[in-house]
Amino acid sequence: MPPLRPFHSPLPLVPARRRFVRGLVAGGVMIGLSPWLRAAAQGLADTRTGAAPVLSGTNIDLVVAESPVNFTGRPRMATTINGSIPAPTLKLREGDTVTIRVTNRLREATSIHWHGIILPYQMDGVPGVSFPGIAPGETFTYQFRLEQTGTYWYHSHSGMQEQTGMYGALIVEPREADPIRADRDHVVLLSDWTDEDPMRVLAKLKAQSDYYNFNQPTAIDFFRDVAEMGLSRALDKRAMWNQMRMNPTDLADLSGATLTYLMNGVTPAGNWTGLFRPGERVRLRFINGAANTFYDVRIPGLKMTVVQSDGQNVEPVTVDEFRFGPGETYDVVVTPKDEAYTIFAQAMDRSGFARGTLAVREGLEAPVPALDPVEWLTMADMMGAMDHGAMGHGGSAMGAMDHGAMGHDMPGMKHDMSGMNHGAMAMDHGQHAMHGMTGGAMAKPSATVRHARTEYGPSTDMRVDMPRTNLDDPGIGLRNNGRRVLTLADLRTIGGPLDPRGAEREIELHLTGNMERYTWSLDGLEFGKSTPVHLKYGERVRVILHNDTMMTHPMHLHGLWSEVETPDGQFLVRRHTIPVQPAQRVSFLVTADALGRWAWHCHLMLHMDMGMFRVVVVS
Amino acid sequence: MDHGSMNMQGGPAPADARDPHAYSNGLTLESGPYALPGPRQLRLSDEHAFGSVLLDRLERVYTKDGNATAYDAQAWFGGTYDRLVLKAEGDVANGKLEEASTELLWGHAISAYWDTQLGVRQDSGTGPDRTWLAFGFQGLAPYWFEVDATAYVGSSGRTALRLEGEYELLLTQRLILQPRMEVNLYGQRDEARGLGSGLADAAAGLRLRYEFSRQFAPYVGVEWAGKFGQTADFARAEGQRTRETRYVAGVRLWF
Repeated sequence: MPPLRPFHSPLPLVPARRRFVRGLVAGGVMIGLSPWLRAAAQGLADTRTGAAPVLSGTNIDLVVAESPVNFTGRPRMATTINGSIPAPTLKLREGDTVTIRVTNRLREATSIHWHGIILPYQMDGVPGVSFPGIAPGETFTYQFRLEQTGTYWYHSHSGMQEQTGMYGALIVEPREADPIRADRDHVVLLSDWTDEDPMRVLAKLKAQSDYYNFNQPTAIDFFRDVAEMGLSRALDKRAMWNQMRMNPTDLADLSGATLTYLMNGVTPAGNWTGLFRPGERVRLRFINGAANTFYDVRIPGLKMTVVQSDGQNVEPVTVDEFRFGPGETYDVVVTPKDEAYTIFAQAMDRSGFARGTLAVREGLEAPVPALDPVEWLTMADMMGAMDHGAMGHGGSAMGAMDHGAMGHDMPGMKHDMSGMNHGAMAMDHGQHAMHGMTGGAMAKPSATVRHARTEYGPSTDMRVDMPRTNLDDPGIGLRNNGRRVLTLADLRTIGGPLDPRGAEREIELHLTGNMERYTWSLDGLEFGKSTPVHLKYGERVRVILHNDTMMTHPMHLHGLWSEVETPDGQFLVRRHTIPVQPAQRVSFLVTADALGRWAWHCHLMLHMDMGMFRVVVVS
Repeated sequence: MDHGSMNMQGGPAPADARDPHAYSNGLTLESGPYALPGPRQLRLSDEHAFGSVLLDRLERVYTKDGNATAYDAQAWFGGTYDRLVLKAEGDVANGKLEEASTELLWGHAISAYWDTQLGVRQDSGTGPDRTWLAFGFQGLAPYWFEVDATAYVGSSGRTALRLEGEYELLLTQRLILQPRMEVNLYGQRDEARGLGSGLADAAAGLRLRYEFSRQFAPYVGVEWAGKFGQTADFARAEGQRTRETRYVAGVRLWF
């Protein structure tokens, strides 16, 4: 067990210029305001962080306004809900009809989207799709009945307001006893903050898309590789990337160079602390409310039992670590015995981390791990399976690859139980197919890659012809790290699919982009050039998301559940947000049981804003 | 492995490529069931105009024969695929504009990494001004070479070709070596501006910059420049050198 070092910061020394990654100890609370900002902030309460207030019942009032924050030593204005970051935690009850009045005290329009909640489309809160938005000074009344239980969240769907502070947890408690037993319950909402104007950040990426990447391959790396592996292999390792004008460290568009990573609105130095008594079962509701950041979460010294994913209870699976992207949630149960543990959430690009502590009392700290080294994306991340024969066989999909340049970081080599599960489940799969209207033809997702004709133009910098379909790959930076890392293949929603029908038809949509031009799209078409995806009311449809980029995209479909399946067509897990890895093809079934217009987009905010967005019409 | 990169980027769409609107059933963002009344309200940044001004070189040039100030800037404004591009390059010596070339172009994306550019170029400085129609390509070649190749047609049957190439070699995350070369060719002689036909001048330089930020990077460098053919003859007649080594110190910045 890690030794305790109370009242002593275990954080390693960092150069002063990186202080903003670490943040202020008292970050979030308005301190050291310059006179001009103090004047501007007259009459404004300080933004509270750390422990979001809890609101419950069936009548809730939320007020959106600007309020001052200071995470890095530089005072800034945030957009907040009821003056706190995160926004109040809404504790609602299954079966209740809630009325939530949202008042806009900003100088611009706002909105609130209830992420993952099944509700009438007019209540979904996407300006221009579900409603006109909430004008300055106006109050909009949301009203909907809670048909589900679990951990969700809510956030602004207007402009860049989510990045600047508008996000909070939304918990729907079951009417009956919660099947997840816990003595204690903490929301752990991860987010990211930038002192810059998010629109300015976007403008910088438009001018130079690697602006915030300070882990790029350098000449020094090259000479180190030459020394280690010889000239020809060092050249080999780079040939494809350079030929294709792709960057192997392009893991995140924004990094610690501009972001401060927050846990419950608290900087790493501020150290958010969740209390427990030794031996208690502690439920941690992890929500990724970041605008840009995939987090890799672990609690050194504790195993985490994942019991819920995107609000839906899953068969418990015990892991050391999980990765999740913006929009996703995981509930885990831990049983801490010592006095203090670090909750460590490093950004996928390894440029920083969010951090907090589980402790028996305030003021304790446990050692904070070092960031893992930056790994280059592999050829498999760029090119996919590269072997048709291996497709659909879990970890062995990479088995056929034999290339000197990849030897050091071969992904997905986990020959564990997942392959056997596939085999066992293939049997009852046949029964499902019998119920399907089109029988065997639609029992499995199609493996034929069909690029859209609009993927051959300037909007798209690469296309994957042989995608990976295995779901047991934890992704770049987590492969073979010696820890048990959760993958999509580990998840089984308790109770199976909501709709036992098979798919009647398939929709194939490709995730596309051009990093150099900094544009993101679906099928090579940005939102402004797109047409809606039409679903017939009541139909059961299979959606295949095929990633033709080198980044992982958390794809969020509003209003309808996405039931993820294996490459063999076996039900796995019900989600509202599905991370699709580079060169990966993921399929899921959707029942079009909610009339209206719905948003469907990548939850990396800048990707969404650059056009990786579709409207879905159910009619 | 090579087959992959050949197929993974660009190329023509096959005849049976998927129709990206096939799932729409005729619906649009503005019309169909549940569409909000009136014109489309949701406009994301893909329909937003951006812009940037890059001073790639703003430098003091030191040679045996004297010193000068040189600039090389490129600005753009517009969307992802169509932009207004302004390029300006020139030298100022002894408070006098020696040589300047300014281009106003419409840049249009034609593939993942390449734009076509169409517009006008205006040359000023010593000698009479010249105006050209410009058509060229600018983009990123494999192995990250930044290439700019433009052909020009002027009055009286004048033609010209300018080729520029740059590379950014990251020594560290912030210390960057930039090799750069430029070649100018002309179709016919233009004695008034001291230009012969064929290869007129070429320059190859190395600049080492330190990026205090991405947008502000001072540098030092060295450049070899030469004049060739009749252009060299004109220069000799004027008592100028035809080959020279230039030492430069300057700043690269953008906003």
